[in-house]
Amino acid sequence: MMLFWMLAILVVGGILAWAAGRLNDRLPRWIAVCALGADLVLVAAVWIHNYRAVSLLESRSWLIELRWDWIPSFGASFHLAMDGLSLILLALTIFLGLVAVVASWTEVRTRVGFFHFNLLWVLAGIVGVFLAADLFLFYFFWELMLVPMYFLIGIWGHERRVPASVKFFLFTQAGGLAMLLSILALYFIHGRATGVYTFEYAALAGTPLGAAAPWVMLGFLLAFLVKAPGVPLHTWLPDAHAQAPTAGSVILAGLLLKTGAYGLIRFVLPLSPSALRAFAPFGMAIGVAGILYGAKLAFAQSDLKRMVAYTSVSHMGFVLLGIFSLDGTALQGVVLQIVCHGVSTGALFILAGAIQERLRTRELSAMGGLWGHAPRMGGAALLFALASLGLPGLGNFAAEFLILFGTFRAAPVFAVVASLGLIASTIYALSLFQRIFQGPKSAEAPFRDLGPREIGVLAALALVIIWLGLYPQPVLDTSRAAVAAIQSAAAPGRTMGIVSAHPACPAAAGPNVSPHVAGEPAGQAGRGKGGQR
Amino acid sequence: MSSADLLALSPLWIAAAAALVLLLLIAVKRQFGLAAGFSLAAAASGLVAVFLCARLAPRTVTSLVVVDGYALFFTGLFFAAGFIIFLLASSYFRPSAERREEFFLAGFVALLGASVLAGSVHFVSFFLGLEILSVSLYVLISFPLGRRESIEAGIKYLVLASASAAFLLFGAALVYGETGGLDFASWAARAAAGAVDRPLFVLGVSLMIVGIGFKLAVVPFHMWTPDVYQGAPAPASALVATISKGGMLAFLFRFFWIIDIRRFPSLVLVFALIAGASMIVGNLLALRQNRVKRILAYSSISHLGYLLVAFLANSTIGLEAAAFYLVAYVITMTAAFGTVALLSPEGADADALDDYRGIFWRRPGAAAVLTLALLSLAGIPLTAGFLGKFYVAAAGVGSSLWALVIILVAASVVGLYYYLRVLVVMYARPREPGPEAARSPGPRRSYLAGGIGLAILVLLLLGLGIFPSGLIEMIKRTVATLAGVVHPPGA
Repeated sequence: MMLFWMLAILVVGGILAWAAGRLNDRLPRWIAVCALGADLVLVAAVWIHNYRAVSLLESRSWLIELRWDWIPSFGASFHLAMDGLSLILLALTIFLGLVAVVASWTEVRTRVGFFHFNLLWVLAGIVGVFLAADLFLFYFFWELMLVPMYFLIGIWGHERRVPASVKFFLFTQAGGLAMLLSILALYFIHGRATGVYTFEYAALAGTPLGAAAPWVMLGFLLAFLVKAPGVPLHTWLPDAHAQAPTAGSVILAGLLLKTGAYGLIRFVLPLSPSALRAFAPFGMAIGVAGILYGAKLAFAQSDLKRMVAYTSVSHMGFVLLGIFSLDGTALQGVVLQIVCHGVSTGALFILAGAIQERLRTRELSAMGGLWGHAPRMGGAALLFALASLGLPGLGNFAAEFLILFGTFRAAPVFAVVASLGLIASTIYALSLFQRIFQGPKSAEAPFRDLGPREIGVLAALALVIIWLGLYPQPVLDTSRAAVAAIQSAAAPGRTMGIVSAHPACPAAAGPNVSPHVAGEPAGQAGRGKGGQR
Repeated sequence: MSSADLLALSPLWIAAAAALVLLLLIAVKRQFGLAAGFSLAAAASGLVAVFLCARLAPRTVTSLVVVDGYALFFTGLFFAAGFIIFLLASSYFRPSAERREEFFLAGFVALLGASVLAGSVHFVSFFLGLEILSVSLYVLISFPLGRRESIEAGIKYLVLASASAAFLLFGAALVYGETGGLDFASWAARAAAGAVDRPLFVLGVSLMIVGIGFKLAVVPFHMWTPDVYQGAPAPASALVATISKGGMLAFLFRFFWIIDIRRFPSLVLVFALIAGASMIVGNLLALRQNRVKRILAYSSISHLGYLLVAFLANSTIGLEAAAFYLVAYVITMTAAFGTVALLSPEGADADALDDYRGIFWRRPGAAAVLTLALLSLAGIPLTAGFLGKFYVAAAGVGSSLWALVIILVAASVVGLYYYLRVLVVMYARPREPGPEAARSPGPRRSYLAGGIGLAILVLLLLGLGIFPSGLIEMIKRTVATLAGVVHPPGA
């Protein structure tokens, strides 16, 4: 039930916010904050309550699940389920959602009610994507999150918002429809083989596909690589990110791209080991291309938000590289990278939005020497630029290190080329900082430094990125079991690697947890499951 | 003909009687409110009669018409759609307009024709139903007598419909010459026994497809559609797009189910080409349109293409998908044209994209309905159109119609683009305060009836999008009756 409430709070909150928008402009903001706050409390409670249990979860079992019949004649059910991976992404979603609402407190002044309706509904769609354990439901949410995002870009975006929003919608919808065909093919192949026609994830995940495997995988890949984004399919991203309002950019970069990565991990990896092995080198090549190409283009941009958008392409390249290396360590790094990139890029977009709100431009050439006016903003920007370039002690370093480490075992050449990306990211991140905050002063008019609200938001993000840089173990522990299960399905025979050791559970070092140690926490897991339904 | 037979036809009686009563009513006292109220009551009672008749089904009434679950399902759909369209029409026609009561009269004639089509198992009843439908459409399309473009549209439709009827008759004559009968069961039996000259039979049926294709407005018989949709008043466009096409589709499914299209690969190929061409041409031509009704016209061409994919899947799931899609399509198209009807200012329909600029900020209710309708046409979740498209794609994939399914997917992406064009305009910031607020001479029309109609449609659109199970179960039973009656066990 808890999973249902998480969705229901967002959906109902969105409708309330819309309705409240007719009364005044402040009420929708507070409704959104309350809804997301309530969800955040729920997620935190679940995480703390199940912290031990989730890391020892047996493979292919859910921490919490909820299942209602929906369209029995299709074999589709309203089946939400959560494991460690979903839990982390859910926490990220709600956290960044809250950040996005607070960050756009003063930016959005028109149609405030409808804005927050769209904001909460896109978050509901994303939460649904991360929780769906039924492919029909997954597709439902996957498509559902597009429309509110389209409105966020198309109505509240910047000067060229309309083409950007249309491009965004068309790209993702095209990918989504390709995935629809794959889901249906999977459904019929499974149904014909077993006589049971169902969209259940657990049932479909292991379907032997035979000769159809590459085609089925292609459909999923198209959908997820458009979102993730993989390099030839990324062209919607800079436009959408640059034109969206701050909240939209934060959600796009922090969450929507992650749905692509999540889809790859959750659906493509367990689909067909043989087809996956055949595709993996291409996948890694796409990832490496994204890292280098994104970094190069980021350096070449003159528009601040486009620049940050291209750094996203580069960082998500690491995610793709890690996923297709099929290595357990790299996959753990991917989960960490998903979180860290969401936080650091979200922060950069918030800073970009704050600068644009003050200067009314995103042109880097119009900026310079802002440190003198706004040292607090400069400090925050420096911190997140350093996070973005992968400074040790900040989360992105831990994540990228794990990805490169894991990839090196699987495919050394790709790892070597990809690590050049670290140099490139240093160049663009420092140049970003220099062009805005150093050099001769450009703004003659008084330039406001960050206010308390903005400092609060950025401080929260900074705390998270520092925490993940110094002690990423909680995230790794939480996702370990889920990732291990998927990794062993994707590439049998490769072990998980080094990062799974939990100080309190020495036996958790491999996918096979020895029974006598696992007994107590496993019982906890069972209780957690029963208690939450 | 027993009394039960007569009773089983009660929806048809109601439609026919309502038309006659309206005729008399108008002759005695011309009052719009009265005519509208009577029409709504009659359409509703027709809908109730459909449910009551379900107990008498299946039943063959004479050799012409069959009343089975399948026919009743579609008859019910038409009456429901008719009810909503009458509601919309009540708000659409201005108090100042002359002779608006006859709209309902012609509407009932159209309902009668479409319902006959849904139940026909004989060429005579098919042709009668078709002509009843066509004649009423000539009137409906050119209904606003003072408007040039409506009369032009009506005459275009008249000429082309007559020509296509000629094809249909000639084709039927060829088949009759081969089989010696006019009921479809005998055609099927003779064809199955191999007692017909195949090329001649196929040629005859192909000529009939011309007539059928014209009514469905599928490529290459689609030329009339945009002009007629644009010229006709919005409620009449809704009727052409939903009831007229629905009646023909109901007939098409039954006809090819009876003669078993799988026996004729050349006919399957013809339909596959028609379906593919409709999806591609409809969507591509819609891209360049700047008028909402023309966009909807081309969109409906492509949607008929999607429907034919389900039809070609030629399985029970295909028929289910087609029936579901048709229901979703009828709801969606009615909602789209209904919004156009309610947004239309005095004297002309709101048609140019510019009329819709910033409408969301001025008329949020109507704009929200149109948004939902467009999203449903594009197949976005929470709407009936999403499940319809999912169902059709499932049927296509299930029958391995890969080429058609891939065209469907590609065409859907193209289609999304022009739906978004309309959306973008609707949500753009308005340039000046609402123009129609300034010009409202004479008595203002009431939006109540149309508003109720749209509210019902929105509920259905979302209801079917979220909880489709009830309708799917009903369709499964319906399709099962068709399969059972027509192909008895052992045949």
